[in-house]
Amino acid sequence: MDTIEVIQQWIERDSEVLDLGCGDGEILKILSNDSGATVLGVEINQEDINACIKSGLNVIEQDIDQGLENFGDQSFDVVIMSQTIQVLREPKKALMEVTRIGKESIVTIPNFGHISTRLSLLFSGKMPVTGSLPKDWHETDNIHLCTIKDFEILCDESSININERRFFNSTGNESILAKISPNLFAATAIYKISK
Amino acid sequence: MNESVGIVKPKKLILEGKLDLECGQSLEDIEIVYETYGNLNQDSSNAILICHALSGNHHAAGVYEGEKRTGWWDSLIGPGKAIDTNKFYVVCPNNIGGCHGSLGPSSKNSKTGEYFGPDFPIITVKDWVRSQALLSDSLGIKKWHAVVGGSLGGMQALEWSRLFPDRIKKAGIIAAAPKLSAQNIAFNEVARQAILNDPDFDAGRYLDTNKSPKQGLKLARMVGHITYLSEEAMKSKFGRDLKEDKLNFVYDAEFEIESYLRYQGDVFSENFDANTYLLMTKILDYFDPADEYEGDLSKAFESIKAQLLVVSFTTDWRFSPDRSKEIVNALIAAKKKVSYLEIESPHGHDSFLFADNRYTRGLSSFLDY
Repeated sequence: MDTIEVIQQWIERDSEVLDLGCGDGEILKILSNDSGATVLGVEINQEDINACIKSGLNVIEQDIDQGLENFGDQSFDVVIMSQTIQVLREPKKALMEVTRIGKESIVTIPNFGHISTRLSLLFSGKMPVTGSLPKDWHETDNIHLCTIKDFEILCDESSININERRFFNSTGNESILAKISPNLFAATAIYKISK
Repeated sequence: MNESVGIVKPKKLILEGKLDLECGQSLEDIEIVYETYGNLNQDSSNAILICHALSGNHHAAGVYEGEKRTGWWDSLIGPGKAIDTNKFYVVCPNNIGGCHGSLGPSSKNSKTGEYFGPDFPIITVKDWVRSQALLSDSLGIKKWHAVVGGSLGGMQALEWSRLFPDRIKKAGIIAAAPKLSAQNIAFNEVARQAILNDPDFDAGRYLDTNKSPKQGLKLARMVGHITYLSEEAMKSKFGRDLKEDKLNFVYDAEFEIESYLRYQGDVFSENFDANTYLLMTKILDYFDPADEYEGDLSKAFESIKAQLLVVSFTTDWRFSPDRSKEIVNALIAAKKKVSYLEIESPHGHDSFLFADNRYTRGLSSFLDY
């Protein structure tokens, strides 16, 4: 299973779903077509916004860093924040907001503790450039990278419950190694959380 | 791509039935002038209604025989344009109360044979939308593919989605607001005072005496025009440029912006009716769909079924992005299908008239899907 399949599995049919940082609407399209979900995206990238509108998806042009007060408490069944938290100015605040808006939330993160990033830094002495972190340090949008451990500590400190978690290796699959020692062998982690 | 619809001719029809107005009065034998572009398909499912703003009219695209000036939304309506006339049948009426051919204050009352003038009833956006629904009936259009408008036109598109949820598939609400602010009403009041206090206004009966309150109308337009432009646009277009290269210590128009505004005011006062202008500003002031719902906009939106696109422009201070967001947020709270675009544009409120790439792409993607 890949991350999108897991997300699909975690979301009940006919749910109301908000995707914060929805990109070109890849996930929303699948949820809307295959899971009967009512979907809304939030995005700031202009090309992505147009791609969403072109696919008939509802999308709001909004900067998540400027706040999400316009979304009511528990107003969506599920809030998705996929590969987005690391580009935000205030990840902790964003997590609080995500769990306020959604009855449940699904968050995916790139794991900076993955063995490839550790080795890359150790041997090259340069900021790691890997499959899940493909850009140079001065070009990346990622300003708040964390490891799986870091993320779970933050959830704990913020009284956010982790209801489910799944780990994927750098080829996007759920391997035994990633399951046994995720902080070392998972490139991506996906969490189902709630307040 | 991106050609004009070419030479167009306005059409006319008389609406069937009576229109009961919100003010309690009613209108009959309503004559409507309108233009159409493109072709209606067999199942009449490709029709788009264009709603005009305060000073607009039915001439939205193309040119009249022997004239050069294109319609007010020619930048967006045409073959291959954002509102693509190769795909859609586009209808733009002159609203009732207008002064370009549809029943309005400068029409003669069929019962008395006199000009309506100041006796023309004060109508509302709701009344307009109901009159446009009668027009839809006459044209055989049961359901609009979309209703689209900018500014006051956007308010009509919004009202369409509320009042006739089953007759509209999509609504494009551009550079609009859910209601006017005190500042908006204040500017309108200055415009009204300028007209009402013109000695040639004659309590609105100027047509009977062959006069026209041009000075008042000019002043009203000048004030309005300032609110349509952004500080940025005025600065880059005029700055403090002088008509001559020195100050002359006189009260004539010395700065370029002064002569520009005077010119705009003059042209407008030659082509617009003062009673219509008063009426249009009143229609704007009265617009407030949330009023019946104790100010709860999302409750006012409950009936909506259409998919909506709300668009705002960064330098618009007349109806700023925040005003559009009020609409968007109420739609989200009401769980309606809405998309929102905030377009960077230097042209202030007038931005909705310009074919900015992102804006036109967004609008065409929305309409085409």
